[in-house]
Amino acid sequence: MTATQQTIESLRSLQGDYKYGFITDIESDFAPKGLNEDTVRFISAKKEEPQWLLDWRLKAFSIWQQTQEREPTWARVTYPKIDYQEIYYYAAPKRSKQPGSLDEVDPELLRTYEKLGIPLGERAALAGIAVDAVFDSISVATTFQGRLKELGIIFCPISEAVREHPELVRRYLGSVVPYSDNFFATLNSAVFSDGSFVYVPPGVHCPMELSTYFRINAKNSGQFERTLIIADKGSYVSYLEGCTAPMRDENQLHAAVVELVALEDAEIRYATVQNWYPGDKNGKGGIYNFVTKRGACRGARSRISWTQVETGSAITWKYPSVILQGDESVGKFHSVAVTNNWQQADTGTKMIHIGRNTRSTIISKGISAGHGQNTYRGLVRIQARAEGARNYSQCDSLLIGSQCGGHTVPYIEVKNRTARVEHEATTSKISDDQLFYCRQRGMSTEEAVTTIVNGFCREVLQNLPMEFAVEAQKLLGVSLEGSVG
Amino acid sequence: MLNIEDLHVEVDGKEILHGLDLRVPPGEVHAMMGPNGSGKSTLAYTLAGREGYAVTRGRVLFQGQDLTAMKPEERAQEGVFLAFQYPVEIPGVSNANFLKSAVNAVRRHRGQPELDAIEFLKLARQRLKLLNMDEASLSRPVNVGFSGGEKKRNEIFQMWMLDPRLAILDETDSGLDIDALKIVAEGVNALRGPGRATLLITHYQRLLDYVVPDKVHVLAAGRIIKSGDKELALELEAKGYADLVKAAAT
Repeated sequence: MTATQQTIESLRSLQGDYKYGFITDIESDFAPKGLNEDTVRFISAKKEEPQWLLDWRLKAFSIWQQTQEREPTWARVTYPKIDYQEIYYYAAPKRSKQPGSLDEVDPELLRTYEKLGIPLGERAALAGIAVDAVFDSISVATTFQGRLKELGIIFCPISEAVREHPELVRRYLGSVVPYSDNFFATLNSAVFSDGSFVYVPPGVHCPMELSTYFRINAKNSGQFERTLIIADKGSYVSYLEGCTAPMRDENQLHAAVVELVALEDAEIRYATVQNWYPGDKNGKGGIYNFVTKRGACRGARSRISWTQVETGSAITWKYPSVILQGDESVGKFHSVAVTNNWQQADTGTKMIHIGRNTRSTIISKGISAGHGQNTYRGLVRIQARAEGARNYSQCDSLLIGSQCGGHTVPYIEVKNRTARVEHEATTSKISDDQLFYCRQRGMSTEEAVTTIVNGFCREVLQNLPMEFAVEAQKLLGVSLEGSVG
Repeated sequence: MLNIEDLHVEVDGKEILHGLDLRVPPGEVHAMMGPNGSGKSTLAYTLAGREGYAVTRGRVLFQGQDLTAMKPEERAQEGVFLAFQYPVEIPGVSNANFLKSAVNAVRRHRGQPELDAIEFLKLARQRLKLLNMDEASLSRPVNVGFSGGEKKRNEIFQMWMLDPRLAILDETDSGLDIDALKIVAEGVNALRGPGRATLLITHYQRLLDYVVPDKVHVLAAGRIIKSGDKELALELEAKGYADLVKAAAT
């Protein structure tokens, strides 16, 4: 079997309703409900963190407290006010100590990942993919560490990196998304529990896909993971992220932060297939996905690409961005966002051109069905020093039915006259002609919609590792089930 | 194979077909001719089950089954194929993927194993060659950027891949140059056989030089006003529809 295939294999039987909605019955360790300085101290103590990190968290918390009334309101999404004191900020499966190997992981947890199709054991070795699995607030297993270690690649839970590689974490944590960045990132900085850490040393081409699987299980808990990826000079890494959650009537908050740093000539490819529980057909329940993702192309000729397929969550609020500092650095954003039933998505990117001859590409495909509202919001900024910068943006919206909405909000700021910025946007509907044509060839309505939608998203899907692309295609079909006729 | 009795069809509340009778036995090719607006395309869409084409009276039997009770995809799976007058573009979907989904939907229905990518490509390449079509067309998006002739040939290619029992060709000959016309004709002829019936909808006699029909029908104002053998087509070519239509009206 090829690289990511195994990871994907069982994600496969996607049929009908949300398939990942089961709850794992496992005893959990909670921090007391609500958020105050003690909660922050509790989490930091649980993680046995050094003083500098606790101080960093507390600074974040103090800023968050002062700005509590300033939750961002500019996005085109509506939801009832979140009571931040009603959330558990730390939930971890109970266990006596950190597992030294997979054999020591609670079998109930392994079964959960088995059900999700995430290979953590022997199967992972066959699949040739390294997986870090994050369950609620903690990382339960990271596979393949040994083989990666031989190459000098570090791939581990961020809490472990804090202990084992404090110099790297301290140098880069918050260097792309500072703790004061925005409301949700600040909240994350104060209470982040776990997430993945990757460091690829100079000149090393990471030979396998690295993957993190996030799972929210505990009721009324939030997930605040933090991922930090550093690609040193001339290195390469490709990273995949997948997400699911149980079906619950209450909304759950997911406020993650992902930071990428690419040094000279390095390349990071980051792909997400986000399938958090979207809520039911009437808009009850679902995940609030308020995420800050940003990459810094620090070195010359470095490259960062974001590819996202967002089919889940009740609300998606995320703008994976690239700061193009290094001369001739390249940023890419490829996105498919689906909103069906009562889902809302406000997503897009920021491309900040600072270095000379920097280039960026934005391809965004928004698909709305049911009462879904889908907004592309993006910023292309060419700084004064960015001689010869180029950007190409294409934002396409596809509407299915007449109750949904697709919106495009592109901001363009150009401060250098040698820059070239192009923006194209289209809005279309799936036509009756297309549907009838497909059906006349024998396809069901659902199959026809999936076919047409996949065609619409092709440019984005082809950026995913192949096995992931196949899954994403099916996921699109499932997400849109019942949207026509 | 196809048995139409007293078929009345309304589109947007207006009756277009006013009692049409037609029998196409297996193995035969029938040509349906007639002036613009006579209801030829309405007949084609009705048989294929397009929404908005309401059968208000009469019945349509296909292999003994009531066709009007079936969804469009069920008809296709049972073996009804419509070559569109204006083939539809589907951006981003390769011809190969599109057809593979279609072929496998039909095969599933027939209880045949689905074709995998390799088997499908093998079959497709073989068929393309016979139609003198470029293999590269498989990776092009469905009908996007195809010339008129390419679109029509692509319809014939799809027909071959789907192996229908009843093929309805809606003005597949219009807009074709003589070489493309010959290829389309060969495509139709190659599928002639005892297990299959073909309905050729056309304005012109030209196609019938290459596909010799077993019967020719003239449709005017929603009714078949005359049926005959291939000589009827030649007669129409020489005299036009006007006299016939006038005669039928009186």
